[in-house]
This record gives sequence, structure tokens and C-alpha cells, in this order.
Amino acid sequence: MAGPILELENVNKSFGPIDVLYDITLSVHPGEVLCLLGDNGAGKSTLIKTFAGVYKPTSGTVKFEGRPIVFQNPREAADLGIATVHQFGGTFPLMSIGRSFFVGRELTKGFGPFKIYDRKAANEIAVKAVREFGITRIDDGDRLIGGLSGGERQSLAIARAVHFGARVLILDEPTAALGVKEAAHVLRIVLEARRRGLAVIFITHNVIHAMTVGDHFAVLIKGAKAADFRKGEKTREEITDLMAGGEAMAELEAEIEAYSTAHRGHPPPV
Amino acid sequence: MNNLSFSNLLRRPEAGAFLGLVGVLVFFVVFGSTKFLEPAGAASWLNVAANLGIIALPIGLLMIAGDLDISIGAMIPAGSMTVAVLSGYYDLPIWVGMLGALAFGLIVGLVNGYLVVHTAVPSLIVTLGTLFAVQGLMLGTSVLVTGTTSVALTADPWAKFLFGQFLAGSFQVIILWWVAITAIFIFFIHFSPYGNWIFAMGGDKVSARNAGIPTTRLTMVLFVLSAMSASFVGMCQAILFNSAQVSGGMTFIFNSIISVVVGGVLLTGGFGSVIGIFFGTITFAVVNQGIYFTTFDRNWSSLIIGVMLLVAVLMNNTFRQMALTYSPKKKK
Repeated sequence: MAGPILELENVNKSFGPIDVLYDITLSVHPGEVLCLLGDNGAGKSTLIKTFAGVYKPTSGTVKFEGRPIVFQNPREAADLGIATVHQFGGTFPLMSIGRSFFVGRELTKGFGPFKIYDRKAANEIAVKAVREFGITRIDDGDRLIGGLSGGERQSLAIARAVHFGARVLILDEPTAALGVKEAAHVLRIVLEARRRGLAVIFITHNVIHAMTVGDHFAVLIKGAKAADFRKGEKTREEITDLMAGGEAMAELEAEIEAYSTAHRGHPPPV
Repeated sequence: MNNLSFSNLLRRPEAGAFLGLVGVLVFFVVFGSTKFLEPAGAASWLNVAANLGIIALPIGLLMIAGDLDISIGAMIPAGSMTVAVLSGYYDLPIWVGMLGALAFGLIVGLVNGYLVVHTAVPSLIVTLGTLFAVQGLMLGTSVLVTGTTSVALTADPWAKFLFGQFLAGSFQVIILWWVAITAIFIFFIHFSPYGNWIFAMGGDKVSARNAGIPTTRLTMVLFVLSAMSASFVGMCQAILFNSAQVSGGMTFIFNSIISVVVGGVLLTGGFGSVIGIFFGTITFAVVNQGIYFTTFDRNWSSLIIGVMLLVAVLMNNTFRQMALTYSPKKKK
């Protein structure tokens, strides 16, 4: 396996007196999906923002392709191919697929002040890029984004990032608001991105989704890395327990079990 | 498949404006007379449309970008007063007064833009503040300097020729400016790559910024455009009528918003078109002036405008929904 494309080494991050990340060491390789799991407030957002150059670590180093690097702003990270796709980010409901795809990097033809937006070519490229990711329902670049399903919008955003040269894809809870089918769609696209040799950082609450696509898992609890393991090393129950903060889930289950046994199989009143 | 091009038209932002225009034209021809379309009649609504349209265009763009500027109500008299005080009262060359009027627009636009970008205050409130501030500033300065609220102005022939003459007896020359400015806007919004930025900004400001669009600068530019357009219209009016008053201009606030909304622009941003705003402005002007060509009492025109606005908004909602749910026929 090639060396990691992006790594954090002993990274700490605090905002004033509050320590958000504590001694995180984590790496992501090309062609691999790193699943970042953790409860709300565990520091997942801060962690991905450190990857994406939004935050600078208070101490510790970020390495890109083995060399230490300090991103002054997200733009510098983006220029190296580190792309973040938020839940519905990067898509505009009332814009056409073609126009939305090229926002900020408009495709033009003509010269000087008479450069005009090349609608036809933009539509073609956008539709082709999305279809390559297996969304065959999209075949007209003039359609408005708002008419697409959540999964299709997410896929479009990912296809866009890949088209513009992303090498590390950070997906911030891409499946959180989606139905079962839609989520499956997005997961397929994550696998496609991996197949193309991208490094994917996949943030999720959903252990099943994580286990479907992940090669490498990291669980955050209160800003510290509680577990770091590879595919197949832990069961779903173990991961869920970890995410919920150790034994909390198991305890709750035991409590319910005990109550049910004592009350002829009735669940406890809420 | 015959109605394919028709249904394509319906999904465009200007569909409602276009149908609305046809509707009101038919209405006034039926209830009034065709005099309304003859040169003398057409001049009456074209003059209104041109003065309003030059302001409605940048207001529409601001609205597409998700902002609003109501300070234009004070910027129109401010533009006319600046040129009249500088070139009329102080007798400076007319170009100094004209530059002064436009420069004042630039400054107010920058102030509006700066406050909107750098504070979390909604643009409606910011420009409500500058609306009253500019109005008070003009009234106070005018009384302090000239001792009156109305100043006479005699423009040079060339300025009169360019900005304040009547073509063919009754058409204000500003109509040509309006058409030219509309053409420039169409190019920038629908053909140049920058138009995309404005739509993206109105759709989702954070995503637009993430995509590398200079949202701060763009917002400033749009506010400067609207304030300068308003002072330009005020300036032309002063040159045309040879005088300027401190009052007036307030009706332009609502009228421009109505024109823009009838023109198919979504109040919350992200959707609209320049040609739609153009049609919306004509529709508004036709209703506003058309009443004089009918036997109805003048007082009914506001009722018609109100009903028209509601119908237009409902129609535009329907068309937008059609555009959203549209998907091409499956190829079998």
C-alpha cells in the first residue's frame, strides 16, 4: 500500500480554555475509506475542519504526502485536492445541474470581455460526470437541482468534487438525512470514489453505513481517539457501544432486560 | 410534442411576467382603447417603465442574490438634488454635478454594502436606516445651503440631449438608456460567467463562498449598482424637468419591488431573470398608466396592481414548481 496521503500527528486543538481535540494521530490512504465515528460533540467536526485547513492545530502536525504542512486557509487545502462535501452543500436548489456543477469555476467560451458561459458544454460534462458515478436518472443538465432527490444531490456534489481534482474527499454525514435507498446510493458512490483511488473520510452516526464502506475506523469520544481499528476487527455491537461512550448502551440494554424479566415481558414505561 | 416549446417557456422565470403583460395589454385594449398602443399612449407608460426599470434591474439582482435595497427611495431625490445644487445653485459645470450625483450613489451603495456584509443585520433594516438617513441629510443640507427644498437647474445642451430630452415629442430619452442597460444586464447575468455567482449566492451563500465566489465583493458591487442607478434616474429627472425637489421617490420602493416580483424573481433569492424584470416593469407601468385610457376611475388602479401582484406571485410559484419537478420524458 502506498503511504498515507494525509495524516495528523499528535494533534491537539483547543479553543481558549476548552480542549476539543486531544492527541489525535490518524492517517488516511489513497483508495481507502476512513470512517470517523462519534457521538455529537465528540469533536468530529473540529477534526475534519483541521484536515480541511479551516482550523490550525494548537500543537502537533498535519502531513500531506508525508511532508509536514500548515494550511493558512481552506483554499490552500482545496488547491491540494482536499474537498469537503457537506450534507446538501455545494448544490443550489434553483439552479440547473450544469450551472451548479460549475459554480465558481464557470466554463466559458470566447475571448476577453465577451467570454460567455458555455451552457451546452457545461451541461454535457456535468451529466457525464454524474452518470459515471452511476446516477443514470440524470440526463438533462438543464434540470433544476431542487428536482433531484437528496441522494442525487449528494452524488452530484461528490461527482463535482472528484471532477475538479479532489484527492481526499471529506464527507460530512452524507447519509444522515437520507432514506434507506438513497443512502445506499451514496454509499455506492463512496465505493466508486475509493475504486478511483481517492482517499475518503466518511463521517457518520450510522454504524451499518460505516461497516458497509469502511476500511479503517476511528471512534472519537470527548475529543480523544477511543479506538482505531481495521475492517473486521470489531463487531457492530462493539462499535455502537464505543460510540455511545463505552458501556452506556450495554448498561441500558441490561436494565431493560432486567425490567422486562421482572414485569412479565413488558418494556419499562418511558 | 407540439406544446414542447410552450411548456419550456412556462418553466422559465419570466413566464409569469410575459403572460401577465399579455393579460394586462388585452385588458386595457378591451376596456380602454387601442389609443393606448399608439405613440402618444405608449409614451405615457414607456416613460414610467424606463424610470422605474433602471432601478428595478439592480433591485432584482439584489433580490436574486438574497438581499434588498429600499434606500433607493431616498437616492432618487438625492441624485436630482445633488446635480441641481452643484450645477444649478453653485453654477458649477453640469458634468461636475452629474459626477457628484453618481459619486453620492457610490458612497451610499458602499455604506449599504459594507454594513450588510460586516454586520448580521438584514439588508432590509440596513437600507431602511440609510433611506431615512439620506432623506434627512438631503432635506437638512438643502435647507441649510439653499434655504429651500426645491432647486432650479439649467443643463447644458449636450447634457439635455443625452439625459433629458423628449424624443418625437413625448418619449423621454431615458427609455433608450433603460433598453441599453437592460441589454448590458442580460449579457452579464445570463451569458457572462458572473451571472452564475449571483444565482449561487442567492441559493446558498455559504456554499457559494465555499465554491470560491467572492460573495463579499459581489454584495458590495450590487448595492453600489442599485444606489448609483437610483441617483442616475434622479439626475436624469432633474435635467429633464430643469428642477429638483427633496421629496418624492418613495413610491419607487414599492413599485420596483412589485415590478421585480411580477417579473418572476423569487423574494428569497436564487431565481429570476433580467428579461423577466423587464417585462414585469412594463406590466406594472401599463397597469399604472392604462387606467387613464379606460372609463374607470383612477382610484381603481391600486386595486388592479394589488390583485395583479398576488396573481403574479401565485402564477410564478406554480411555474417554479413546474420547473423543479420537470424531468424529461423517458427515452424508451
